[in-house]
Amino acid sequence: MNKQLHISVSPHIYSKTNTQKIMLDVIIALLPATAVGTWIFGLRSLAVIAVSVCCAVISEFLFDLAVKKPNTISDLSAVVTGLLLALTLPANIPLWQVGVGAVFSIVIIKGVFGGIGQNFANPAITGRIFMLIAFGEMAKGAFPRVDTVSSATPLAVLEEGGKAGFDLVDMLIGTHGGAIGETATLALVAGGIYLIARKVIMFHTPVCFIATVFLFTLILTGDPYTALLYTMGGGVFIGAIFMATDYATTPVMPLGKVIFGVLAGIITVLIRFYGSYPEGVSFAILLLNILTPYIDRWTAKKPFGGDVK
Amino acid sequence: MDKNSKLSVVTKGFLKENPVFVLVLGTCPTIAVTTGLVGAVSMGLAATAVLICSNLVISLLRNIIPDKVRIPCFIVIIAGFVTLVQMLMHAYLPDLYELLGIYLALITVNCIILGRAEMFASKNRPLDSVLDGLGMGLGFTIALICMALIREVFGKGQIWGVDIPFLKDHTIGFLTKSPGGFLVFGLLIALSTVIAAKQGKPAPKLGCAQCPQAGICRSAGVTDDDCAKTEGGND
Repeated sequence: MNKQLHISVSPHIYSKTNTQKIMLDVIIALLPATAVGTWIFGLRSLAVIAVSVCCAVISEFLFDLAVKKPNTISDLSAVVTGLLLALTLPANIPLWQVGVGAVFSIVIIKGVFGGIGQNFANPAITGRIFMLIAFGEMAKGAFPRVDTVSSATPLAVLEEGGKAGFDLVDMLIGTHGGAIGETATLALVAGGIYLIARKVIMFHTPVCFIATVFLFTLILTGDPYTALLYTMGGGVFIGAIFMATDYATTPVMPLGKVIFGVLAGIITVLIRFYGSYPEGVSFAILLLNILTPYIDRWTAKKPFGGDVK
Repeated sequence: MDKNSKLSVVTKGFLKENPVFVLVLGTCPTIAVTTGLVGAVSMGLAATAVLICSNLVISLLRNIIPDKVRIPCFIVIIAGFVTLVQMLMHAYLPDLYELLGIYLALITVNCIILGRAEMFASKNRPLDSVLDGLGMGLGFTIALICMALIREVFGKGQIWGVDIPFLKDHTIGFLTKSPGGFLVFGLLIALSTVIAAKQGKPAPKLGCAQCPQAGICRSAGVTDDDCAKTEGGND
């Protein structure tokens, strides 16, 4: 075969980036938070992560087999979904519930809608919401390195009007109640910076999301310190950095990403202050996932010389 | 009609034109009573009984009922049979009567029954109408049983009200609530579409001829194309 005359249609630019490499970057970015989470909440969190990842990968494999699609477990997206899901769960959750949630994420949210890139919502977020509704109150309990606030998350304490002495250092490192991967603010930020530096994600959504949560809480409470506690006390950071930046379910254009981040922040705070759940990050992201096609349509760039609508 | 087509009048309700999964009619009881097998089976059979009787009577009266007031006439006939079933059930199966509650009376406005009266019974001979009623009723019952099996086994850890050892301790309560019902409903619609496609029968495109609201649409000036843009059924 004479390959020199091989001509293909545009685009002609070739990039070595592929799904697998992007997902690998996301996994690397999640490692610090995973490590800190394991250090804080003990080895049980590793079991949760292992069950979640295994169930996600196996169900993806079996689903691809069942619907006779090319196997997609090697692109690592199922690993990311499983890992992300586990990081949003408390460490002492029953393991069978973790398995059900992971299978739900992969099969119902991703597989049924056509696999990677076709899902209408972030599988990990939707899986978490499913578990929240399906199994009721997520289990709470004492954790090895969390003594002062052994049971309730800062948000739950704040919601009940308590103003326990939260230390800002604790909040930054993550030594307080919460899900495995959501408390370690600094580790999450480190992961986010890595992803932005590697150009895997853009900074618009996380920055707008986190800033909106802080500012809106500041307006509602009038106290910067409380606002800071609210911003770092829940799942805002893991949601903003890792879930609101999913390619398939968030806007494409920078303006769309800004709109996404601001709206998600506002909805999060509204749910926290006026809703029945103490935490609203996952609901906010799911709602915005559903709105994403509309945001994309509003923010689409008109091609130069194209039709003026 | 030969024997074969008589049989197909019955069996088309099972999968090809399943009233719930393909025609998307009668979704209200489908979500409401399928938290348990007992409710699903009794609801399905009660609706089937009403459907067969009303189809028969409407078919017999099809040349007498004036076209302009046919819907009220259908409703009166259906409501009569529903009242009959309701009273019988109240007398002989009081537990079931309590279980189904308001949804028993709501069979009157179940779209499947009115839909079959409008689509089939008012245009076909009595025997065919009875067979159609039987097929559609059983299709409805099958759909309810499928939903209830999933929701009861995984949502409550029970089957026909009896505990299942392992699943009892590992229930997914979400499935017994309405959102869970919609979820199972959607998945089963997808599954039935896949099965129908495998059999080489793509999901039927329902023209206006099949739609109970065609008359209303026509008088409002809605065309077939407009209607085709809005998906799904109505309840």
